[in-house]
Amino acid sequence: MKGGRRAMKPFRVLCPTGHLSFTPLEKGSFLLACGYGPDAIAADAGSCDMGPRPLGADEHVSLEAWQRHDLEVMLLQSRRLGIPMIVGSASDTGTDRGVDQFVALVRDIAKEHRLPPFRLAAIYSEVPVEELKRRLLRRERIEGLCGRPDAGLSILERTDRAVAVMDAEPMRQALAAGADVIIAGRSSDCAIFAAPLLHAGHDPANSYFLGKLMECASFCAEPYMAKESVMGWIDEGAVYVRAMHPDQRCTPLSVASHAMYERPNPYFEHVAGGCVDMTDCVYEQVDDKTTRVRGARFVTSPTYRMKIEGAGFVGHRRIAIVGIRDPDTIRLIDQAVAWARDKVAERFGPDGNSYRLHYHLYGRDGIMGPMEPRPVAAPQELCVVVESVSRDPQVAFEACALGSRNLFYARLPALKGTAGAAAMMSDEILIGEPGYEWTLNHVVMVSGPGDLVRTRHHRIADGAAWGIAR
Amino acid sequence: MTTLKDLASTIRSKNAGVDLITFDIIFRDRDAFVRVRDSAVITPARVADMFRVPPADITDFVVFEPARAIKFTIRRKVPSGSPGERDVFGSQQYPPLFEIRIPD
Repeated sequence: MKGGRRAMKPFRVLCPTGHLSFTPLEKGSFLLACGYGPDAIAADAGSCDMGPRPLGADEHVSLEAWQRHDLEVMLLQSRRLGIPMIVGSASDTGTDRGVDQFVALVRDIAKEHRLPPFRLAAIYSEVPVEELKRRLLRRERIEGLCGRPDAGLSILERTDRAVAVMDAEPMRQALAAGADVIIAGRSSDCAIFAAPLLHAGHDPANSYFLGKLMECASFCAEPYMAKESVMGWIDEGAVYVRAMHPDQRCTPLSVASHAMYERPNPYFEHVAGGCVDMTDCVYEQVDDKTTRVRGARFVTSPTYRMKIEGAGFVGHRRIAIVGIRDPDTIRLIDQAVAWARDKVAERFGPDGNSYRLHYHLYGRDGIMGPMEPRPVAAPQELCVVVESVSRDPQVAFEACALGSRNLFYARLPALKGTAGAAAMMSDEILIGEPGYEWTLNHVVMVSGPGDLVRTRHHRIADGAAWGIAR
Repeated sequence: MTTLKDLASTIRSKNAGVDLITFDIIFRDRDAFVRVRDSAVITPARVADMFRVPPADITDFVVFEPARAIKFTIRRKVPSGSPGERDVFGSQQYPPLFEIRIPD
C-alpha cells in the first residue's frame, strides 16, 4: 500500500481555523486553500482556556451566529469537493449538548443550501458523574494529573459535568464506516487531524504530530496573523505544513515555536492511546511557505487511559470596583482590607464559612498576586476589585457590599480625609457570572477507545437527520 | 548591562491546561540564544525564586534548540478561572523575566 501511495499525491488536510467560532474564521485564505486539492477539512472547536464555567454550566461562549458561519463555510466546501469534514470538541466544551447543537446547525445549513444527502457521525464523550462514582465504587483509580491528588467521592460531589477526551480512533472508525461529516465531542486537538491521516493509512507518529502542528491553524506560521488556513500532509516519513495565506510562511522557527505553544513540554504530546515523542524532530525549510519535519515517534501506551475534564459550581459572584487616591490609605491598604474583612466576618462569620471574599489590588499585585516579585508599595492610584462568592446570592451581595463600602469607612491611623477613604467608581454591586472550578483534570483507565465514547450515524437528507440502524 | 528583553524576540506566558502556566523565551538569533543558554543565568531555581514558588512547582524546564528557546512551566496555585483567580489565560505572568540581567 505504501509503495503505491508514493506515486500518488499525498493526502492533504486543511485546517481553516483554531478554536472554531471563538472568532469567525477567515474565509479568504480558506477558499484559496480549497483550490489546492485538500482531501479533508478539519478543525478543533473547543478549549479549556475560557475557564471552567462553560463546561460546568454547559454553555457555549462562542456566538451561535459565528458557529453557524464557520460550519457553513466549511460544510459547503466539504460537500462541493466531496471530502470529509471533521470538527472536534464541538461548541467550546465538547459536551453532548455541544455535539447536538452542531449537528442541528449542520442539518439546518444542509437544508438551507439543499445539499445532496450525506452521512454524518455524531461522536459523544460526555461522562455522567454517576459513571465516575461507579468506577470509584469498583475501586478503579481516577488518577490526578499535574500534581492533583486522585479523585475521591468529595471531588465528584463537587463536579457538575465531565467530558472524556478522545483520541483519533473513534473518528477514524467513523470515517471507515463512511462518514462524510464528523461532529465529535471533547477531543485531543491533534486527534481531529490525525483521524483522516490514519484513515488514509499513515502512521500514528506523523499523523498525531502533524495534528499538533496544525491545530491552531496559522499560529504555526509567520508573521503573526492569528488564525488563517494551513495545509498539512505526510510524505515519505516526514510531515509538511504550509501556510495558505499569501503573506504568511511556515518556517522551521515558526513551526518549532508552535510545537511548544500552550504545552508544558515541547517534546511529548499525550493522547489516550499513547504519546508522541518529538525529542529528535528536525525542522527544515523546503520552499518559501512550507516546512518539513522528520523524526516524530509514537510510543503506544500499554494501558488505554482517557483524560477526564470536570467542572463544578462554586457559588454566585458579586463584584464591586473601588478606587483609592489617598497615599496614606494606599500605604495602609492591607489594614483597610483587614478592616473591611472584619466587618463582613462580624455579619457572616469567617471567610470560608458561607462566603469567600477576594480583594484584587490592581496597581500593586492584582495580576500576579503571590507570584509578583515586586509588588508596588506606593502607586499613585490603586484599583481594588472586590469579588465575593457564595452559594446564597443574597450572602454574596451583602458580603460584597460590606467588603467594598467598608474600604470607604476604614478607620486608619492619622487619616486626613475623614469623609471617605475610597472612591466608589459607582455605588453598585455588579452581578458576575456564577463561579465554577475545574474539579477534574484526571485520567481513567478504559478498556479501549470506545469505552466512554458513543457514535451515532445519521443520514442528512432534505434537512432531516435519519438515524442509521447499526 | 544587557537584559533578557534585549536578547529575546518573544517572551510569553500561557495556560498549558488548567493547572499549569508555561513560559516561552524565544531568542532573536542563534548568538543570543547560545549566549543566554551558556550563561546558565536562567535555571529552574532562579525562576522558582523569581516567581516565589517552591522549586517543585517548576514542572518542566527545557532548552529547546529547534525554536531557539528556553521554556519552563509553573504549577498554578489555583486552577485557571476559579473565583479569586487573576489570570484566566495565564497570559500576563511573563513581564518579570524582562529584567533578568545577562552577563557580557
